Amino acid sequence: MLSHRLHAAWVVARRDFVAVIFSKAFIFFLLGPLFPVIVGMMAGSIGATVQRDLDRPVIGVAMPAHEGDLMVVARDAVARQLDGRVPELVVLKRLRDGEAFDARVALGSGQGVAAIITGTRAAPVLTGTPERIDQWQGIVGLIAARAVEKAPQGYPIVQVAEVKTSVAKQRNEQVLTAQAGQVLLFLLTMLLAGMVLSNLVEEKANKIIEVLAASIPMDALFLGKLFAMLAVSMVGIAVWGSGYGLLVLVGQKSAPLLAAPAVGWPMFLALGFAYFAMAYLLLGSMFLAIGGLATTVREVQTLSMPATMLQLIVFFFASYALARPGTWIETASRVFPVSSPYAMLASAAQSSALAPHLVALAWQALWVGLMVRFGSQLFRRTVMKSGPARPRKAKRRKAVAA
Amino acid sequence: MKIELGTWAVEGNEVDAAGRELAIEARGLVKRFDGFTAVDGVDISVPRGAIYGILGPNGAGKTTTLRMLLGIIDPDEGHRRVLGHDRPTDVARRIGYLPEERGLYPAMKAYEAIAFLAALRGVPLKEGRRRGRELLEENGLGYAADRQIRQLSKGMAQQVQLLGTLVHKPDLVVLDEPFSGLDALNQGKLERLIRQLAADGTTVIFSTHVIAHAERMCNQVAIIAGGKVPFAGPVDVARDRLRPQVRLETRAQDGPWRAALPADARHEGAFWHFTLPESGVEPLLRALIEGDAGILSLSIERAGLHDAFVAIAGEAAARALEANPEEEGRR
Repeated sequence: MLSHRLHAAWVVARRDFVAVIFSKAFIFFLLGPLFPVIVGMMAGSIGATVQRDLDRPVIGVAMPAHEGDLMVVARDAVARQLDGRVPELVVLKRLRDGEAFDARVALGSGQGVAAIITGTRAAPVLTGTPERIDQWQGIVGLIAARAVEKAPQGYPIVQVAEVKTSVAKQRNEQVLTAQAGQVLLFLLTMLLAGMVLSNLVEEKANKIIEVLAASIPMDALFLGKLFAMLAVSMVGIAVWGSGYGLLVLVGQKSAPLLAAPAVGWPMFLALGFAYFAMAYLLLGSMFLAIGGLATTVREVQTLSMPATMLQLIVFFFASYALARPGTWIETASRVFPVSSPYAMLASAAQSSALAPHLVALAWQALWVGLMVRFGSQLFRRTVMKSGPARPRKAKRRKAVAA
Repeated sequence: MKIELGTWAVEGNEVDAAGRELAIEARGLVKRFDGFTAVDGVDISVPRGAIYGILGPNGAGKTTTLRMLLGIIDPDEGHRRVLGHDRPTDVARRIGYLPEERGLYPAMKAYEAIAFLAALRGVPLKEGRRRGRELLEENGLGYAADRQIRQLSKGMAQQVQLLGTLVHKPDLVVLDEPFSGLDALNQGKLERLIRQLAADGTTVIFSTHVIAHAERMCNQVAIIAGGKVPFAGPVDVARDRLRPQVRLETRAQDGPWRAALPADARHEGAFWHFTLPESGVEPLLRALIEGDAGILSLSIERAGLHDAFVAIAGEAAARALEANPEEEGRR
């Protein structure tokens, strides 16, 4: 009978896999991750431009005769030493002897400067907001000192000795790797669980579900559907991975590198695959059970909302636990079946111990089995109701009689 | 050989009172949905090789009964035994099922759809594809083998699904309202196909709300109304529930022979109509002859299944059956 079940699951998986791979929806599925990437790039680009503009503030100078020009020359010399992180100086006005200049009025009149230096090189006056004054008071002093030739004419060359990393840095970088792994796992899982759900609803709409239910055990149907989508996701990952590699090659740019996880990249990828499969199977079986309860796409959307929210909470829980190593929160996130894949993947990035992963995978597999079983039973109970709706009048009569 | 375990057999084939092997035996099936009892204590015995009809109006519990027999849903109470197994899903590969709500994957080609249904019942895909093309050819649909289901008419798609139901050569075929949605020509084809299946030894059980189909085709019927089965057995036995009707034409208008007529006799035109007395036709004839009735004609008509249905299931169920527009169109 087990062989019958496996054969049935294989038949369903093969059908679903072929149907999805050759559908238009699969193209959108493949393009799916592009959208957040594009949006991210656009937002990043805009943000960087804004940041660049904000990071290049200009200070106006209004000083007698050529003093302002000397301040600009001194600023350039200081900027070279400080790696350019010195605000630009622009001469607003070369004041004649006795000429007055109201910096407050000039700042308010939209001269395009963030602050104004008046006075003389020996006694500069910085006018600006308190934040700007805090930020630039020291640097303006340094520039003025240089301008009156009180600052050193040359700076000694400092020899440097780099270390590759430090323990703190390594830990921080591995946390980044863990976070990246969790985010990727979460996005993939959500994308696929949604697909398996819509696939099931489509089958209910096509009325084929009854033929399937009569022909094969329901858990075989569930397994077949789940593994078909898992295979679809593998194709997706292969395509995305290849596309990314190609982009890196064509663009002649190095990919942004994450720190090597504690278990090493090959093991991390293998564990990532295993945890992805578990996370997806857990969520997918939950969504399939929901699909059994719903009869229309609208109902599916309504019913799947709590499951999606739950998944988000689980993801945040696992992310939160990541920042609290050694606490009960971290332990709970590893034990709770739905958050366990995320927490354990993060653990793989930070700790080289492999034994906990074997235990975790066995634990998660047990829950997958339970969820598939429970989901298929619930599905079986709810999906094949027929017969007339109970007349309301009869209900009411019964209530009155009672 | 039946091995008894308590009150229920665990292996072997059931036999009915006449010693015939049973393909299906169900006792006391009950199914409730949210407190509503859809099926209430159904007993059914389907002999192997029979054409068995489940006759009842829409909402009577036909589909739920079939789903329980197939193991799609489990009964809340009662037992069922299908092809010698307590769990129908264990013998799913020997069963063909055409649900009332037909459905195939719209993007699949016709022969692939048949192959898929065959694969679900354990036939290798390659063999299923071969049989799919073969069946389509045999049934005059060879030209549509490579068309997608969505490109077929509803009737053609229905035929493809029926072929998919039979592709694995099942021992038991369960058809839920198989005639629904078919035109007269295809109904005739389906009737011939069902008879052929039974002739080949396949047990066919189908539900219908069309009395004519059940009467024409079935050896046995279960009349179902309101979730209960007030009658299950041979069609003849159902009809025999009603006494035959006599139509008598006499030369004499009156005379001592009138005393031989039962109390329900009514005179319409030239004929007397009444129920054949329980004593039978011989004493009646003798009394008519001895009473100088001058018999011009006398016919005894057996009750039809429709009258039997009314008598067994009640007027309300009969009205529900007749209320169906499809039924009206076919009668």
